[in-house]
Amino acid sequence: MINRNILVGSIFLSAILSFIYGCQNQGQIEQAKYTSNGKDLYGVNCQNCHGANGEGLGDLVPPLTDTLFLKQHKTELACIIKNGISKPLVINGKTYDSKMPGLGHLEDIDIAQIITYITNNFGNKQGAYPYQKVAIDLKNCN
Amino acid sequence: MKKFTVAASFLMVFLAFFACNSNKTLPFYGQREAKITTDKEGKQQIDTIYQTIPNFSFLNQDSTYITQDTFKGKIYIADFFFTSCSTICPTMHRNLSTVYKAYQNNADVMFLSHTIDFKYDKPNVLKKYAQKLGIDTKKWQFVYGSKDSVYKMAERDYLVAVQEDSTAKDGYIHQGWLVLIDKKKRIRGAYDGTKTDQVAQLEKDISVLLKEKE
Repeated sequence: MINRNILVGSIFLSAILSFIYGCQNQGQIEQAKYTSNGKDLYGVNCQNCHGANGEGLGDLVPPLTDTLFLKQHKTELACIIKNGISKPLVINGKTYDSKMPGLGHLEDIDIAQIITYITNNFGNKQGAYPYQKVAIDLKNCN
Repeated sequence: MKKFTVAASFLMVFLAFFACNSNKTLPFYGQREAKITTDKEGKQQIDTIYQTIPNFSFLNQDSTYITQDTFKGKIYIADFFFTSCSTICPTMHRNLSTVYKAYQNNADVMFLSHTIDFKYDKPNVLKKYAQKLGIDTKKWQFVYGSKDSVYKMAERDYLVAVQEDSTAKDGYIHQGWLVLIDKKKRIRGAYDGTKTDQVAQLEKDISVLLKEKE
């Protein structure tokens, strides 16, 4: 009887565990998809200026390695990518005042994948950024 | 038999020595013509005349006119770009910067970047760009010229295609060649500035060209 309880209990527990891990894996798969597409999109749209390793270019183009900046401005990233930016930015303690051209042709999903790629590479590890967030963030561009 | 082995090994060492020592020379690009000259004793000789970069006069980043005198007795790498270009130019100059750094202390090597944006890239814009790129403009000059003079020079003399194009993303299209010019103003190489392996080859070829006897 005790053995049976243990058996049922362990089956129940493993079912719950597999649910949890199953869900996490689904999320991880989604993020891996974003990152892999984001890498291609980054190569086409961003890499010329920002470099293959997000290193930037002298004082002309800021690097994408300032994790704190990316975190604090996470809701503005979609606007910067879509519309460009011409106001000076302080990145890693250095001011960059060159204009960045906007990438108006990008769809919300493209922008989400680029943001996911950037914020999870070059020393950044900030997790998923779902495409639904892009539309919300783009409404609040200034 | 022993003699043969000794002789064979000597021959192999000999060959190996020459294989390593084979002096690589760089090719000559562009048009060429044969010129027949007669020396004092009446002997005829054929000289090959290679295409050279003609004299020019462009405003540099300090609003000073520079000519070929600036590059006299130097080898230099020329390219065509514009400061607001967000396509191939940043990659070209990121890669060219590594070559610049490799030869930073060699006074015989210089760099010459021509802007093709005759509307916006005035000398003060070029100066700011060079400063932000972290370049010593005595060694790496940035020049501005009229559309006519720069575009003609690019296509006819450096063999680089450049064009104004309102349908292009930034308003211009151009090729990303880095053109290697020797001390006699001849074209000795052209490398795709967007490809790191070709830029690495340029870096090697510069040292070959520096060793070349005049």
